[in-house]
Amino acid sequence: MLEKMIFGRYVPGDSFVHKLDPRSKLLFVFLFIIAVFMANNTITYALLLGFTLLVIFISRIRLYFLLNGLKPILFLIIFTFLMHFIFTKEGPVLVDLKFLKIHEEGVRQGIFISIRFLVLVLMTTILTLTTSPISITDGMETLLNPLKRIKVPVHELALMMSISLRFIPTLMDETDKILKAQLARGSDLTSGTIKERIRAVVPLLVPLFVSAFKRAEDLAIAMEVRGYRGGEGRTRYRQLNWQGRDTLVIIIFLVLVTALVWLRGGS
Amino acid sequence: MKEILSLDHVSYTYESEEGEPRKAVDEVSFTVWEGEWIAIVGHNGSGKSTLAKLMIGLLFPENGKLNVFLEELNVDNLWDIRSRIGIVFQNPDNQFVGSTVQDDVAFALENNGVPYDQMVPRVHESLAQVNMEGFLDHEPHHLSGGQKQRVAIAGALAMRPKLLILDEATSMLDPQGRDEVIKVVDELKRTTGLTVISITHDLEEVLLADKVIVMNDGKMMMSGKPEAIFAHGDELEAIGLDLPFASRLSRFLREEGIAIQGEHTTEEELVNELWTFHCNK
Amino acid sequence: MDISLQQVGYSYALGTPFEKRALKEVNASIKSGSYTAVIGHTGSGKSTLLLHLNGLLKPSEGTVRIGDVNITASTKAKELKEIRKHVGIVFQFPEHQLFEETVEKDIMFGPMNFGVPAEEAKRRAHELIKLLGLPEDVAQKSPFDLSGGQMRRVAIAGVLAFKPSILILDEPTAGLDPRGRKEIMELFNKLHEEEGLTTILVTHSMEDAARYADQILVMHEGRSVMAGTPADVFSDAERLKTFRLGLPRSVAFQRDFEKLIGQPLDKLALTEEQLAFEIAAALKDGER
Repeated sequence: MLEKMIFGRYVPGDSFVHKLDPRSKLLFVFLFIIAVFMANNTITYALLLGFTLLVIFISRIRLYFLLNGLKPILFLIIFTFLMHFIFTKEGPVLVDLKFLKIHEEGVRQGIFISIRFLVLVLMTTILTLTTSPISITDGMETLLNPLKRIKVPVHELALMMSISLRFIPTLMDETDKILKAQLARGSDLTSGTIKERIRAVVPLLVPLFVSAFKRAEDLAIAMEVRGYRGGEGRTRYRQLNWQGRDTLVIIIFLVLVTALVWLRGGS
Repeated sequence: MKEILSLDHVSYTYESEEGEPRKAVDEVSFTVWEGEWIAIVGHNGSGKSTLAKLMIGLLFPENGKLNVFLEELNVDNLWDIRSRIGIVFQNPDNQFVGSTVQDDVAFALENNGVPYDQMVPRVHESLAQVNMEGFLDHEPHHLSGGQKQRVAIAGALAMRPKLLILDEATSMLDPQGRDEVIKVVDELKRTTGLTVISITHDLEEVLLADKVIVMNDGKMMMSGKPEAIFAHGDELEAIGLDLPFASRLSRFLREEGIAIQGEHTTEEELVNELWTFHCNK
Repeated sequence: MDISLQQVGYSYALGTPFEKRALKEVNASIKSGSYTAVIGHTGSGKSTLLLHLNGLLKPSEGTVRIGDVNITASTKAKELKEIRKHVGIVFQFPEHQLFEETVEKDIMFGPMNFGVPAEEAKRRAHELIKLLGLPEDVAQKSPFDLSGGQMRRVAIAGVLAFKPSILILDEPTAGLDPRGRKEIMELFNKLHEEEGLTTILVTHSMEDAARYADQILVMHEGRSVMAGTPADVFSDAERLKTFRLGLPRSVAFQRDFEKLIGQPLDKLALTEEQLAFEIAAALKDGER
C-alpha cells in the first residue's frame, strides 16, 4: 500500500519544472497557496485549475500516476464536497427530497472548495515529485536565511531535516526486521482486542527507540570528529543556481495574480 | 622518521553510576611513526576502542601524556588536530551524514570551511582513491556495507589526513565488503604512505600491519611484528584472540608429530615449509 | 520435523512497478535432525529463503512444507503462528529484538506468547541463563545494561526458550570477537546434538559451514543451485567460483599441498585438525 502513495515522494526527471532552482519553486508554491484564496468566482477557479493542469503537463508527470497516487486525498476532497453540498442552505433550492434540500449555493461552494483543495494538493505534490528532498531542504535554508538575524536556528533546522530524510529508509528497514523478529517469537499484531494490540506494539517500539538513540549517539560522534561545530564558518558543497527560468517563474506568478485580481468578482 | 602519535603512560577510567569505576586504559605507552600500519587487537572490552577515543580527543587521558603530531592534545588544538586525522567507525549506517555519496564526502570539507572550487575536485579525487567515483549521487540505502565504509574512508581522505584510524571498521561487513575495504586501505598505504592505525579482530588486517599491539584488560600486553606476536599462540588464545589459519595448522601438525621449524603466519610460508620438510626426508 | 521446498518463488512488492523477484524455483529438502548450512553471496536470496521457513513470508509460487503443514500463497495467518511455535529464528544481530525491563521477562516473552504458563517460562529462563554462561544475577537486570556479547546471549535464550524443534541461525556470530564467535558456534553445535534439533545455519563463513554442517545448500541469484554434503560441495571449486564463493581455508590449503606433493590426500579435510592429520599421514607414508 505504501508503495502506491506518492505524496512526498521524488521522481527524478529533466523537465523544465525539474530543472528549476528549489528556491523559485518553493517561493512559487508558497505564494500560489496564498493566491488560491483570491479566487471567488467560476472564471477565477477555472483559471487556477487550468493553470495547474498546464504545470502538470510541463512537468511531464503522467496524470494517471498522479491521480492514482493521490487516491486517499481524493477521497478527502469528495468528502468536503459532500459536506458543502448537503449543509449549505443558501440560494434557490435545486432538488427537494423532503429530508434533504440541495441548494444552488451548496453545489457552487462544494465545487469551488474542492477545486481549491485539489489545486493546493496537486501543486505541493508536483513540488515534491520534481524536487529531491535534499534540494527542498537547501532551498528552505537559503530562503529562511534572513531569519537568522532574529535568532532562528535556520542551519540547524535544515541539517536536522536532511538527516531525518536520510535516515527514513534505514529506520523503515529496521522496523521491518524487528517486526519479523518479534513475530517469530510469537508476538501477534493482527488479532486480539484493541488493548492487546496496543500492548503488542511495545516489543516493536522499544527496540526501535533504543536503536534510534544509539544511531543518534554514533552519528553525533561521527559528526564531531569530522569537524562539525555548527553553522559558523562552514562552506557549502551544494550550490544553488538561480537562472533566467527561475525569474520567469516569478514573472508568471505575477501575471497570474494580476489576472486573478482582474477577474475576481467584486465583494 | 617523523613521529605521528605517542602515548606515554596513558590511563583512562570510566566512572559508572553504579558499581566500580572501570579502568579501561591502564598505563599504556607506545609511539606511531609516519608511514606505519599499526594493528591494535584485543577482545571486546580490552580497552582498544577507548584508545581510539583518546587519540581523536573524544576523551582525555586522566593520567599520562598523549601527543598527536608532536602536540599534546588539548581543548584548544583539538579541532585543528582532528582536521588532520581521519577515523572510520564500526557501523556503516551510523556515520553516513550526507544524503548522497558526494554530500557525505564533502561533509568534513564544509565543516572546515574549504572553499567550493576546491571542494569539488577533492571530493572526486577521494572517491577515485576508494574506487567509488561512479557512485556520486547514490543514496546510502542503495549501497552495500563495504561501499558505505569506502565512502567513509573517502570522506576522511578528502581532508588529506596524516593519520587514518579504523575503529573496527570491517567488523560488521560480509567477507566481500571486508576484502574491498582492506584492499583500498592497503593500496592507499602503499601509494601515499598514509599512517594507519586499525583496531580490529580481523586476522588479515593484523597480518598486513607493520606492528601489532595486543591489549588485555586495559594494559598493553605485548607489541611487535605480526610473526613475533603470533609466536605466542597460547597466550593469545588464553585472552580470547584467534590465530591465523597457518599458525593454527602448524600447531596441529606439531601435535601430529610433524616437526616443522619456525613460525608461519601465511599459507604460502607453511606450504613452502612443508615442501622443505617433504624433500629433506 | 522435515522441511521441504518445492518450486518456491517469491517476489517483493508483487504487482507494483517496484516488483523484485527474490526467489525462483527453489527446491530443497531438509531432514529432521540434520544440520544444514545455507551459503551464497550477499543478495543470493539466503535471507529471503529463511523467512519462508517459519511463515514470516509466504511463497508467491510453490509450496513450503514444514512437518505436515503446507504453506502456499493462500495459507491463512492463523496457521502460520502454529508453525512458528516449532521454528525458532536467531536473526542477524538478534540483540536488536530485546525490549523488556528485565532479562528474565525478555526470555519469557516467546514462551508466554505460545501459551507456556508463566511459572514454566520463568523456570526455562533461569535454565537458559545458566546454559548460555551468563551470570546468575543477570535475570533481574535490564538487558540494555549488559555488554554486547551478553545481550546477544540473552536474545538467543529468548529464542531457545520456546523449545523450537527447528532452529534457524542467520549469521549468529556477526560482530562478535573471536572467542565469542567460537563459544556461540560450539553452543549451537552442542544443542544440535543433545536436543536433536534440526539446525539451519545461514552463513558467509565457509569454515563454519564445513566444520558444523552435514548438508550444504548453495543459493545464487535467487535459485538453489547446489546441494550435498560439505565434502561434495567443496570438492567442486570451479563451480563454487561461478557463484562467487570460495573454499574453506583448510580445503584451499589441501589443494595447494596436493599440488606440491603431486598426489591427492585420502579424503577432503573439512577442518584444520583433520587436515593436519591427513597431511601428517601423507608425509609419514612417504617415509616408509
